[in-house]
Amino acid sequence: MKCLSIKIRLTILGGVDKDGEKEAVREVDMKSGNIMGIVGPTGSGKSTLIYDIEQLAQGDTPSKRRILIDGEVPDETTRTDPRKKLVAQLSQNMHFLADMNVGEFLKMHAKSRGKSTELASEVVELANTLCGEPFSSEDHLTSLSGGQSRSLMTADIALISDSPVVLIDEIENAGIRKQEALRLLSGEGKIVVVVTHDPVLALLTVRRIAMKNGGMQAVIARSENEQNMCSKLAELDDWLLSLREVIRGGKTVEGFP
Amino acid sequence: MTKIDCLWTEDDQRLSKLNVPVRIGLSKDMCPDHFAIYNTEEMVRWAEEKGADVLLNETAGLCLRCAPYPDSCLAVCVIDVTSGPNTPLKVGPLLTSADVVMMTKGDMVSQAEREVFRERVLETNPRCRVIETNGLTGKGGSELAEIVVNWMEIDDQMKLRNNPPFAICTLCAGESRVGKEHHRGMLRQLNGFIEYVGE
Repeated sequence: MKCLSIKIRLTILGGVDKDGEKEAVREVDMKSGNIMGIVGPTGSGKSTLIYDIEQLAQGDTPSKRRILIDGEVPDETTRTDPRKKLVAQLSQNMHFLADMNVGEFLKMHAKSRGKSTELASEVVELANTLCGEPFSSEDHLTSLSGGQSRSLMTADIALISDSPVVLIDEIENAGIRKQEALRLLSGEGKIVVVVTHDPVLALLTVRRIAMKNGGMQAVIARSENEQNMCSKLAELDDWLLSLREVIRGGKTVEGFP
Repeated sequence: MTKIDCLWTEDDQRLSKLNVPVRIGLSKDMCPDHFAIYNTEEMVRWAEEKGADVLLNETAGLCLRCAPYPDSCLAVCVIDVTSGPNTPLKVGPLLTSADVVMMTKGDMVSQAEREVFRERVLETNPRCRVIETNGLTGKGGSELAEIVVNWMEIDDQMKLRNNPPFAICTLCAGESRVGKEHHRGMLRQLNGFIEYVGE
């Protein structure tokens, strides 16, 4: 399922940190096809930055940041109408609170985004490839486990919320296949912003913003050395993943390869 | 600012920290929406006495059958997103006759849930302006302020937007016996059949 990706440029204009001091980074520019990481200790403001981007903040959030699209202030409907939504977000929420079943919810979401309600069953199929225990359209949203919920949110974003900007918040916590989920979410030619603590994911990004005390401290470009480490890190990660599957399957681990 | 509640509130203490004149009203035994409407004139008079340009009246949305919105007032309905997308269908005239609907606590749910909720609100009230807000950070506040400032002035011949429910309630008249034969007024049965039973 491929969608023609719109080419856009997103700019973050720096605001203030938790103490109200101007944050060090004053401007960050991203173009379609860029993958940007956001790293920093807990409480450093990573999710807040993501949320500012999701809302296309215009100085009306506590950080006072402003987000520009193609160098300009986006208009009212671009900020609010889901059919025009430029940003899809996978937040840290592990559970749904909506009191409906999976199928009904997906149909409503497809409708709100101006997509066909037929997508609902495809989303469920895709979600089930990401999590351990499959679920169906008839299941109630609130009965899904954390992993199932996040698989569903991921598949929903990949197929329904097909926006040119994708924000991903700590996908390594989701209990789902993270590299595959990241691949699905990134699609082709999107602006992808990944908040992560995970070295494998962080080094997959070409640039990363380092956060501290609620403010953007620096923009770090991935070094050649880091880039060379990528494939080895991915191998290590795949091995850890296979260990995880062994343990989850109720078996015992043999030893190092 | 005025705050109407049924039995108890401490909002006068919280709100007075904003350095604006605050007054509370507790409806107690009286229908809270009737109380709010009945005392509107008095609240307006009090606000004018204090030299105010704007009177913000908060009521606790106490009965889903009607909405105490007068026609020339700006009607704002605040609704919690975490209560699920079926809530807009349950809230009734408070939502359907509002000018502005403010969705709060959106940060506690996924983006998809926010979008579905918004869609439900617009299905129930296509004419309203939806503002996504956050009571903790103040997001949405400036949008609402903009609307308030540009709203029309009220006059002294205001009417309610909706017809309040037509009912004479035997419970309100003090009837405490449960049996069907003791009740009068507009009576609706479980299957939807309505009749009016007089004296």
